Amino acid sequence: MKIAVCVKQVPDSWAEKKMVNGLLDRESVDAVLNDLDEYAVEEALRIAEAHGGNEEGGANTVTLISMGPDRATEAIRKALSMGANDAILITDAGLAGADALATSAVLSKVISDGGYEIVICGTESTDARMSVIPAMISARLGWAQLTFASKVAVDPAGSVSITRVTEAGVDEISAAFPCVISVVEKINEPRYPSFKGIMAAKKKTIEQKDLAAVGVSASSAWSQVNDATPRPARAAGVKVTDEGSGGTALVDFLAEKKLI
Amino acid sequence: MSNVFILADFSGDKATKTTAELATAAARIGAVTAVVLAGAGKGAALAATVNQGPIASVLILESDDFAQYGVAASADALANLIKEKSPAAVLIASDAYGKEVAARIAVLTESGIITDAVDVAADVTATQLVFGGSTTVHSKVSHGTPIITVRPNSVEADFSASSPAIESATANIGDAAKKSKVSSSQPPVKGGRPELNEANIVVSGGRGTNGDFAVVEKFADELGAAVGASRAATDAGWYPHSHQVGQTGKSVSPQLYVACGISGAIQHRAGMQTSKTIIVVNKDPEAPLFDIADFGVIGDLFSVLPQATQGIHAKKS
Repeated sequence: MKIAVCVKQVPDSWAEKKMVNGLLDRESVDAVLNDLDEYAVEEALRIAEAHGGNEEGGANTVTLISMGPDRATEAIRKALSMGANDAILITDAGLAGADALATSAVLSKVISDGGYEIVICGTESTDARMSVIPAMISARLGWAQLTFASKVAVDPAGSVSITRVTEAGVDEISAAFPCVISVVEKINEPRYPSFKGIMAAKKKTIEQKDLAAVGVSASSAWSQVNDATPRPARAAGVKVTDEGSGGTALVDFLAEKKLI
Repeated sequence: MSNVFILADFSGDKATKTTAELATAAARIGAVTAVVLAGAGKGAALAATVNQGPIASVLILESDDFAQYGVAASADALANLIKEKSPAAVLIASDAYGKEVAARIAVLTESGIITDAVDVAADVTATQLVFGGSTTVHSKVSHGTPIITVRPNSVEADFSASSPAIESATANIGDAAKKSKVSSSQPPVKGGRPELNEANIVVSGGRGTNGDFAVVEKFADELGAAVGASRAATDAGWYPHSHQVGQTGKSVSPQLYVACGISGAIQHRAGMQTSKTIIVVNKDPEAPLFDIADFGVIGDLFSVLPQATQGIHAKKS
C-alpha cells in the first residue's frame, strides 16, 4: 500500500503567539511538528507494519506530505525519524497566508498525483484549530471520508473500517480505497524516534517543490482578517485561604455574583 | 430582505439551544431559514421542535442517505441547496460534524469559510477568539457564500417562541458523497449532567483530586454543572477523555468555570480562559491558575468542595 500522511509544522503550542498584519507571526516562535500529526504518523506506521512493513523491499511506503516554509523540514525530519520513508514539502512564496481552502487544494493535487490508497491526517493543527483539512481533501478528491477515528482496521485488499468518536456519539464506518482518514489522539501512543531512526532520517529524501512543480496556481485567501487585538489579560480577583470556612466563602461569592 | 440559512442542530429528536443561538446570530443578517436534515418520514416531527428563536421558515430535506453516508451526504445536500437558493450566509454549529459539513460545503460551493466564531454581526463579520482566547479577531469571507461555524454557548440566544412556515425540498445527493458507509451509530452515553460545551457552569477536576472525582461531581450536581477534567486527570485514566478541557480537548466558555486541583498549564487555560467567571480551588498558593481567577480559595478541595456543596444546598432549601 502507498500511504500518505499530511503533517504540519506549527508554532510550539506552549509558546505565546501574536498576530502581525492579520497573520500569525511564525518567525518569533519555536516551530515543532504538530502534536496531533504524530498520532497520524504512528497509525500509518502501524498499518504498514501489520501488512508487510515499510522497510526497504517491504510491501508499503509511508510518505509525508507537508506545506510550509523551508524551516518545515525540521518538523518533517522528526516524523521521518519515527519511521516514515520519505517526504514531499511544498514551499512557495505564493502560499504565504494561504487559507484552508488553498492548502487543501495544494495537498489534494500532490495526493492525487502520488497514487496513494490511504491518506492519514491528525484531527486538527494546534495553531489554526479549524479541523477542516481532512474533510476538504476528501471533498476535493471525491475520496471516502473516514474521520475522527479512534480505531482503524485496514484490509490491504482495498477497504478500511473505522470507529468514529465525536460529541455526537460513536459510529462504525467503512469504505473502499482510496480514502482520507483522520485520527484522534487516543488512537495510539506515538513512538519516540530511536537513535537508529534519527540517523536514518538524515539520509531520507525530502522532495521540495514549488507551486509550478505541483501544477496549481496560488489563489488568494477567501476570508480576510479585518483586525486582531490582544485581549486584556484577566486580572486576579479575590483570593482567600481556607481556614475552615473556604467553602462558605466560595458560596458567598457565588451568591454575590448571582450565580446561584 | 436577504435570506440566511442555519443548519438546525438536534440532540436526539429535539432542536438544541444551539439552534436558537444560530438563529439569533443569523437574524441580524437576514430572514432565517432553518434547514432540517432528516431521515425519510422524520422531517415534520423534527421541524416541529424548531420553534425557539427568530426563525422565519423551516426547510426540510429528507433522505435516509444522511444516516447511511454521514457527513458527506449532509454536506452534499446542503451544498446543492445553497447553489440553488443563494443565501446571504450559512451558519452551522461548530462541533466536529458541523465543521466537517462546513468544510465540504466551502469546497463544493467555492466559498470562504470561518470556523469557531463566537459572534456574527449584521454585515457578516465574524468574531473569533484565537490562541486560547488571548486574541480577538474580526474577519470576513470575501468569496462565495460566507460559511461560518459558530461555537455553541457563545451567542446569547433569543429563545422567544416562533412559528415558522414549514416547507420541504428534495435532498440532492451525488454518488461522490456516498463513499463511506455508516454501519452503526450510537448516541453518546449521557449521564444526568449537561454537555460540556453547552453547559452554563463547568466544574473541573485535575491532579489534586488524586483520582477521586466524587466531591467534584457532587459539587457539580448541586450547581447543575457539567464536569470537566484536566489532561493530567484524563491521561491518568481518572476521568473519561471526552471530558478533557484544554488545547487538545474541548474549549468551553461557560458563565462560571470552577477549577478544582488544577494548577493551570497554558494548555488547560487555552480551553477555559474565555469563561465569564473563574473560580479556582487549589492547595498550592502558587498555582498559575490563580492569576486569572475572579475568586480563589487556597485550600484542600476535599474540605472546601463538600462545605460549598452543603452551603449551596442550604441556600436552595
